[in-house]
Amino acid sequence: MSKDIIATIKENVIQGRKTQGDVGIDDSLAGTPGVVELLQQALKSNVSPQVIISEGLTAGMQVVGEKFSTKEYFIPDMLASAEAVGAAMDIMKPVLESANVETKGKFAIATVKGDIHDIGKNIVAILLKGAGYEVHDLGIDVPTEKVVEFVKEEKPGYLGLSALLTTTMTEMGVVIKALEENKLRSSVKVLIGGAAVSEEFAQEIGADAYCVNAFDAVKVLEGY
Amino acid sequence: MPRKGILVDRPFERLTREQAELIHQASMQILTDPGLISFNREAVDILHSHGAAVESIAGDHQSWQVKIPEQLVLKALDTAPKTVKLGARNPDNALIMHGDEPRVYLITGSETNIWLDVDFPTYVNKADPTKEIRVPEFKPRRGTIDDLCQSAHVCEHLEMVDGYIRTVNIQDRDITEENKDVNKFFASLNNNTKHFMSGLTSLKQLDNVVRMAELIAGGKKALEDNPIISFITCLVKSPLQFVDDTTETFIEVCRRGLPIVVSSSPQAGTTAPIKEAGIMAQINAEVLAGITLGQLVKPGTPVLYGSVPVRARMDTLGDSYGSVETSQYNIDCVQMARFYRIPNYSTSGVCDSKIPGQQSSIERLFSDMVVTMSGPQYLHCAFGLLDCNSVFCLLQAVLDDTHFKMIEFFLRQPRVDQPELEAMLKQIRDVVATSQKLYIGHIRPVLRSGEISGVYPFEGSGEADDVFELAHERMKELLARPVEHIDRETTARIFEEIPGILPRLNIYESGS
Ligand code: B12
Repeated sequence: MSKDIIATIKENVIQGRKTQGDVGIDDSLAGTPGVVELLQQALKSNVSPQVIISEGLTAGMQVVGEKFSTKEYFIPDMLASAEAVGAAMDIMKPVLESANVETKGKFAIATVKGDIHDIGKNIVAILLKGAGYEVHDLGIDVPTEKVVEFVKEEKPGYLGLSALLTTTMTEMGVVIKALEENKLRSSVKVLIGGAAVSEEFAQEIGADAYCVNAFDAVKVLEGY
Repeated sequence: MPRKGILVDRPFERLTREQAELIHQASMQILTDPGLISFNREAVDILHSHGAAVESIAGDHQSWQVKIPEQLVLKALDTAPKTVKLGARNPDNALIMHGDEPRVYLITGSETNIWLDVDFPTYVNKADPTKEIRVPEFKPRRGTIDDLCQSAHVCEHLEMVDGYIRTVNIQDRDITEENKDVNKFFASLNNNTKHFMSGLTSLKQLDNVVRMAELIAGGKKALEDNPIISFITCLVKSPLQFVDDTTETFIEVCRRGLPIVVSSSPQAGTTAPIKEAGIMAQINAEVLAGITLGQLVKPGTPVLYGSVPVRARMDTLGDSYGSVETSQYNIDCVQMARFYRIPNYSTSGVCDSKIPGQQSSIERLFSDMVVTMSGPQYLHCAFGLLDCNSVFCLLQAVLDDTHFKMIEFFLRQPRVDQPELEAMLKQIRDVVATSQKLYIGHIRPVLRSGEISGVYPFEGSGEADDVFELAHERMKELLARPVEHIDRETTARIFEEIPGILPRLNIYESGS
């Protein structure tokens, strides 16, 4: 029974069906429960959260990643799956906390001060959530002080900064300086991205990594 | 179910209704003054017996001045069918053309002498020998019957090709004027199940090719119901002359009631006035004269209003299919045919460029788009043709197919109606209420429905332009995909009854 439900969760992740009402990649599962409903059933029947994550959600996402790299899936497919996993992680958060299960970690993300571009940042947030990170989206045009305060209070292991303008990318350096001044720099890995920035720029301002896109971010994080 | 073609919702027209009317009137005047010169006796007799004034002209070749009165033309326009069906070996590939419906069928052709092979040799950078690139190299040679089979085969699999006019002239040593027709018909029909249209090399072969078509279609009556072949004749030589032999062929085809294109190809600047009004009045008169003759031979003969107007190149006085005016004339002709409600055979896509490349892509895409938008029923859009109709390259045909898919997509009708807008209002309200405000989640239901156009299929992976290499791969894939040949029994009967077909074309006997 638990094997069945986990296999079905995995299948629904591959299909990108968050809830019963969602269309999948095809009609084969139409009308049947989606990841959220299945997860609730599974938790009710005491299936281990670790097993749900590793054999259902993560295993499903892995297949999705493969399908994306062979061009069978497009970005909207990938995001639908990631959103389904993200919703599942939200539901499981209290369960995991009470069971003292370690998550992949907290990831804070923000578009820096002066910049309102958020499409790329949102995609990164959805995908990382789907990859199992606890994502905190601080929004757009976020002042440096607010970022620093969040790092101080919430202690995320990772901080993602997005900037699309050559005029706002310098804000990223300002954030890193401020983290140093507040003795927080070593507590957090800083990843940057956005059309304006580059590998060289990341080195110049002392960021830990530059990510070309959201998949790159998943890869970089896996390396830590 | 016939093929769908591209239905152009609101066709693009250059002429106002009044201007079309003026061209019609001018053409009527041309047909009585100066009238036509016919080098064909029978045409003269037929027209004369129906009231055309005829006068013999002195000279080396016997010819007559024929003045065709307006009523004769109007009567012919009345009896000419407004709907023409072109059948096909596979009945699902039939083409049904209504003169007043701008549904466009896309057709290959026409015959070129030169076949262009492509190869991709590797070049090394002199300054940095570690750098290598593959560059397409095009090699021209004389076309053969094998090439014709290959081209028919690939065109069978090109989705946008609705009908086949042979693309290459067969110049094998064992092909003679006598056996050319039966071989070109057999090679094309055996490798392609779409409609086949062709000209005739020798009138003597007409009954042989009609018999071949009957055997394939399943008898005389079956061929009438499903005319898997049709003919094209350039009986007119501009300005305003009926050529002797093609007119004879034309009359014979009409007698047999098979569909036929009356085509005229004046060249603005040399054989027609360089001005739009002039070439239009003349070509319209020429085509109408042909249609009139055909309807007098056999009222109700299915005819297409065939227009291949072209502007002269100023440097060579050759045809400039790539010139912008050529498209203008073609669009005007489409409109004139629609004015008479007779299905139109139009031309686009032929380019001046000698090899596939930027020039060829731009020239052909330009005319393909604009002429398609004008809504001709039978668009000879010249898949793969280069160098003003003298070179054929299969690789180019594969590219053209891709570009026509884009045109087809572009011409789809918009879906804007109450239920659609209600669904969209809901979607907008839903998304705006979320924190991310992204519609990406709504892409999926339409992602694989065919409602979203694809990326350019020959896009390379890196910085390099890999279009030709990828299209070449595609061409090889299509060649490897089998086609439905004529069955063994019919093939045997064809070889038995029809003389002159090369034994190597018999796939059941030659072991190939
Ligand atoms: C869409 C867009 C807008 C939209 C933004 C809508 C929105 N909700 O975000 C609007 C119209 C509002 C807009 C406004 C402006 N824009 Co604008 N915009 C763009 C555009 C066309 C696309 C950006 C985008 O969304 N791309 C799609 C996403 C998916 O890609 P992405 O953002 O790059 O994100 C991916 C990666 O970069 C990476 N990534 C991004 N961030 C992060 C962060 C982390 C942590 C990680 C790991 C990865 C990562 O992963 C993402 C997913 O794969 C770019 C052009 C470009 N080439 O980028 C211009 C562009 C960025 N804009 C530009 C400009 C100038 C402006 C304006 C200043 C225009 C004006 N004069 O008003 C304003 C900015 C106002 C402001 N204060 O910010 C310029 C910037 C030039 C420069 N100086 O640097 C650009 C480059 C256009 C151009 N060539 O001129 N813009």
